[in-house]
Formats: sequence, structure tokens, C-alpha cells
Amino acid sequence: MYQKIIRVFLHFLSWIPLAWLIFAAFSRQLGADPQEKLMEELGSWGMIFLLACLSMTPARLFVKRVPWVSYRRMLGLYSAFYLTLHLTVYVFLFLEFELSLVLSEVIKRPYITVGFSAYILLIPLVVTSTRAWQKRLGKKWKKLHQLVYPSLLLGLVHFIWQSKSDLNEPLAYISWALVLCFARWYAAQKRARAAT
Amino acid sequence: MKYLKSSTLHSSLKESQITSEKVFWNRRKFIRNFSLASGFFGLNANLGSLAANPNSLSGSELKDELSSEYVVTHHNNFYEFSTDKQKPAQMASRFNPGKDWRVRIEGEVERPGEYTLEDILSWASIEERIYRLRCVEAWSMVVPWQGFQLSQLLAKVKPKSKARFVEFKTLHDTNQFPGQKRGAFGVHTLPWPYREGLNLAEAANPLTFIATGVYGKDLPGQNGAPLRLVVPWKYGFKSIKSIVSIRLTDKQPVSTWNQRLPREYGFYANVNPAVDHPRWSQASERRISDESFFGVKRIPTQLFNGYGEQVAHLYKGLDLVSNF
Repeated sequence: MYQKIIRVFLHFLSWIPLAWLIFAAFSRQLGADPQEKLMEELGSWGMIFLLACLSMTPARLFVKRVPWVSYRRMLGLYSAFYLTLHLTVYVFLFLEFELSLVLSEVIKRPYITVGFSAYILLIPLVVTSTRAWQKRLGKKWKKLHQLVYPSLLLGLVHFIWQSKSDLNEPLAYISWALVLCFARWYAAQKRARAAT
Repeated sequence: MKYLKSSTLHSSLKESQITSEKVFWNRRKFIRNFSLASGFFGLNANLGSLAANPNSLSGSELKDELSSEYVVTHHNNFYEFSTDKQKPAQMASRFNPGKDWRVRIEGEVERPGEYTLEDILSWASIEERIYRLRCVEAWSMVVPWQGFQLSQLLAKVKPKSKARFVEFKTLHDTNQFPGQKRGAFGVHTLPWPYREGLNLAEAANPLTFIATGVYGKDLPGQNGAPLRLVVPWKYGFKSIKSIVSIRLTDKQPVSTWNQRLPREYGFYANVNPAVDHPRWSQASERRISDESFFGVKRIPTQLFNGYGEQVAHLYKGLDLVSNF
């Protein structure tokens, strides 16, 4: 029962940023360039949900009672959801859907190429996120879903690369990602020790 | 006012904007006392003479394209406050440079010294200029500045014959400019103080302007009070804010963005749609007219930001690709 409550609560929390952004956009609270601000915020939230998703497995190391892993898919899908909106705002509002400009930017601008690749890598994960696909792919499923790591890496590169000079915000996400790496390494060590 | 309301752009704007521009045009009456502009009724007469003289520097032909006062004062790249464009407007409320503001003018000049804001303003005749502002980040605005030509100041301090460049510096004071402190991760956003430079011909060009006001009001802190350079044919980062030092030199000065990322930001930084920034295209720009959700439109970028007639001769024979 309490699991269900947590789940509903997490869904509720996940919609708050979007609800706020839509409200803020139309009530002129996103500053002088609301389209750009919206795009940046959606990108940041995509990153936050992705890191939150990847925090579920290591969270088991600290609190065993909570079924962390059962929230992982949901957080991953919310990440993809926010990143889809991020890309939509970029293509339709920022570039005004000028097809030649969209293509030339994606190909010629490394930081766009990198961000776009990060997004493309997430698509198969979204498609195969259902239980049916998990069964169908068996052991391969886990392997496929390791694509999330290169995607995160490319996402971080995109984040650093687009910023003009200020590295303080990207560094916050990089630190989070490093903590996750360390936790995974620590867990692997522990498993190895237990095996011997 | 009838004139404003009948113009096509203004009729599509929200009521709030019209109010701010009303204030703006009313303030012209005040400015008239100091300048050639002769108040509201005189404006139409002025426009007539403008048509006959397209070289006029006032930029009156841009007045139907003005960006709203809100976006001009709430979308500011002023890293001394914050790298966030919205924050300078909030943070600058505590930044009130007054009459005790001093500017050190030094180097190859005949009259070096530390001058007060009052001294400098007493040399100048304040006028209005409506200029396009093109940021290197590929957004742009149209801004009604008040201020004076830099050449007036230079004439007063008399550059020596050795002087070939002008270097400017922004105030370095972490109390007033918290953005100059290290960030949470120990990283400085830029090497401080902010520095910029022009060669002497650029500095003496009649377009080169020191702004003391915008939209008929004293320059707000976030726009670079009390003295801010405006070089409309160059990317916005050349237009250094809150100037405390002007040095005439015989060597090309270091400019902050060029120092930070030399591959991306050159010394010249002339607006040029044919020379892309390594990370993004400069062929078009997002013109910000107002803060509504659809107040931005993508338009083509013009060479020298549309000021080629006044400045192209400065770069004759210069390779604009390698001297970006």
C-alpha cells in the first residue's frame, strides 16, 4: 500500500516542474527570453531525472527497506519526457523549425551533435522499458540498458559545452554522476569480496 | 501619442508596453533641454530631415523596432553580478554608483588623471542614439541609449601620437559585484576585472558611444551604470560596463573573452553573419522585442550589424575571417 502512495507522490512531484514552467511562461516569469529559459530548464530537469533514475540502484546500499529499483523506470521515463520537450522547444521555437537550420546545427555544431546523440541513445531504452520487452530480451535487456551510461556522459558533455564560461552548474551534475560511479565501484568491490 | 498608436508594431503590443514607451517618449522632452532632439512635436520634423540624411547617427529609423524597456533592463549578460541573465536586474538594486564614481584615464594622454563622473559629464553633450545590439550568443535587441560620443571624451584628454589603442576596465569589487567571487566549486566565471579594447580609429568613430542612460532614465546598474561603452557594429561583449579605467596604449590590449577563450572570441568581434562562432551559427539572430512568450523572432544577421556604411572603411583590406 505505502509503495503505491510513494508512486503516486513521485508522479505528482515529477509534473511540478513542467506545471510551473508552463504557468511561468505565460505569466511572464521566465524573464525577457522565455523560450530560451524554458529550453534550458527542460534540459536541466531531464538531467536531474536521469541522475535520480541512476541513483536508485546505489540507494539500496544505504537504505535497504525502500524498494528503490521499482521507481527506476518511472524516473527514467520522466527524464526522456523532459528531454523530448527540451528538444521540441529547441527545434520548433528556438530554430523556428527551419529544416535546413535544424540539419546544419545538428551536424555542424559539436555540442548539438553530442546532445542529440545522447537523446537518440535513450530512445531504445524508452521503447524497451516495458515488462514484455524485458522478458523478450532476457539477458540482453540489461546489456542494452547500459546505453544509459554513454547517454549520461554525452549529456554532461553537451551541458558543459553549451555553457559559455560558467562551469558551476554543470559541475554540480558532474559531481552527482561521480558519486554514482563511486557507489557502483564500491558495490562491485563488495560483491567481489563476498564471492571470494 | 497618436503617432505611436498608429504605428504597426505598437498596435500589436500589449498595453503595458505602450505605457513604458509613453514614459520614454515623454522623457524626450526632458532630454531636449540638453540635446539636439527637440521634443515630441519636433520629432516628426527630425524624421523628415533624417530621410534626407540617411547617415544620421540618431537611429530614429529604428524607433518602430524598439525592444521593450522590460527586456532591455531584464536580459543582461553582466557576469559581475551573475551568469544568469535575469539576476543582474534583481541584484543591481544594491549597486548605486553616484557622483563619487571615479574614472582613471591614463597612459598615452596629455591630460591623465582620476576624473569624477561629474567632470566627465561636464565635457559631454548628451544625446540619444537608437542602436541595434547584437550579442555573440545570437540574440539581439534595439535599444534607445542616452549618452555621448567617446570621441568627445578623447578630445578632452588628448591622446598622444603614440596612442594606438584604448583599453577599458570594469570596476573590480566583490562587495558590489558578487559574481566576481569564486563559485561554489571554486571556479571564477571570468578572469577579473573585465577588460575590453578598441583601436583608436574604432574608438574615434562617431558611432562609438558612452551610454549614461537608457529609455530616458539614468542607466540602471544591470545595464552598466554609470558609464557603459556601446559599439553597435561589434558583438555585445565589447560594450564594457561600469567603466573605471580608460588607458591609451601603443599595444593591443587584452580583452577578457579573448583571454578566456581565444579560439571563440576575437579582439575585433565585428558582427559578421559569414563568420560562425565555433559552436554556433552567426548567420541569423533571435530578435527579442518583448517578454511575451512569442516576443522573439529569428531574423538574418547583417554584416557590421547593419552599420557597414559608417565602419566598413575601418577594415579595408583586413581579412575578417582570421581577424574575427
